[in-house]
Amino acid sequence: MQDTSFELGGKKYKSRLIVGTGKYRDFAETRAAVEESGAEIVTVAVRRVNITDRGKENLLDYLDPKRYQILPNTAGCFTAEEAIRTCRLAREVGVGELVKLEVIGDQQTLFPDVAATLEAARVLVKEGFKVMPYVTDDPVTCLRLQEIGCVAVMPLAAPIGSGLGIRNPFNLAIIIEQAKVPVIVDAGVGTASDAAEAMELGCDGVLMNTAIAGAKDPLAMARAMKLAIEAGRLAYRAGRIERKLYATASSPLTGLIG
Amino acid sequence: MPGSIETSITLNGDPYPLDADTPLTSLLERLNMRRGRVAVEINREIVPKADYDATIVRVGDHVEIINFVGGG
Repeated sequence: MQDTSFELGGKKYKSRLIVGTGKYRDFAETRAAVEESGAEIVTVAVRRVNITDRGKENLLDYLDPKRYQILPNTAGCFTAEEAIRTCRLAREVGVGELVKLEVIGDQQTLFPDVAATLEAARVLVKEGFKVMPYVTDDPVTCLRLQEIGCVAVMPLAAPIGSGLGIRNPFNLAIIIEQAKVPVIVDAGVGTASDAAEAMELGCDGVLMNTAIAGAKDPLAMARAMKLAIEAGRLAYRAGRIERKLYATASSPLTGLIG
Repeated sequence: MPGSIETSITLNGDPYPLDADTPLTSLLERLNMRRGRVAVEINREIVPKADYDATIVRVGDHVEIINFVGGG
């Protein structure tokens, strides 16, 4: 069954899995996990360079920007102003206009500050950024972000790093139904079935970091996630059966021995 | 201190010795940083890559140099 291609910010991708690069043992493990996952888009954080350790390797030496679409994030930003500044700096590194916008509203839950996210998105879209906002699983906010001109909306499944899976599939279903831009579940996925569930609901992709990096065997989990995304997508396109309360026999009721 | 001669810049939030105005490219070289891997702000203004060669870091400037690190 030939799938439609996944288009994001004017570029086509085969993989619908976007992976983060945080929490790995070292850059070599990061690269190996990214390769196993089959992801073509990888998120990175924007931070001050280490002045004291000048021999330190750079992440981009392990993830070639010619091969991977680098997606800088604004993780750790608590105001629209900080997020905008971070995006402007990230763009100047020279890997393109695609940015993952996240403006955090609360340290403990890492839930987004929706008002600040909308404010930052407006400015960034005007400045030519291709904005992918991390946002609460709220259909109205996702609509607003789409109207502003974001190239995707990225509702959370559950709090960042929680591994709780999809806590509100019904809201996600509404967001997917309303969206004219790709819907990417970002944050909260714990294991392969969570990723498959997101895809079965009709999401266009899933973004994850901790579920892979925090697994006992990150490389095996990266592969599991790749397969889950593909399986979930295929099941969505295949069209699942209706849920029924009672049994329907799979074997013929005629020709029984007796 | 009033009257004192500044001999540093503020680099990524910390004092960094710089006793004379220096081309940005020299500073990056001294720090062993490749221009394709970083972005630079001087006094809160982003320096476009095309301007690196002509940009002078002045004593007392606030300089931020960022790069990409692992993140989700």
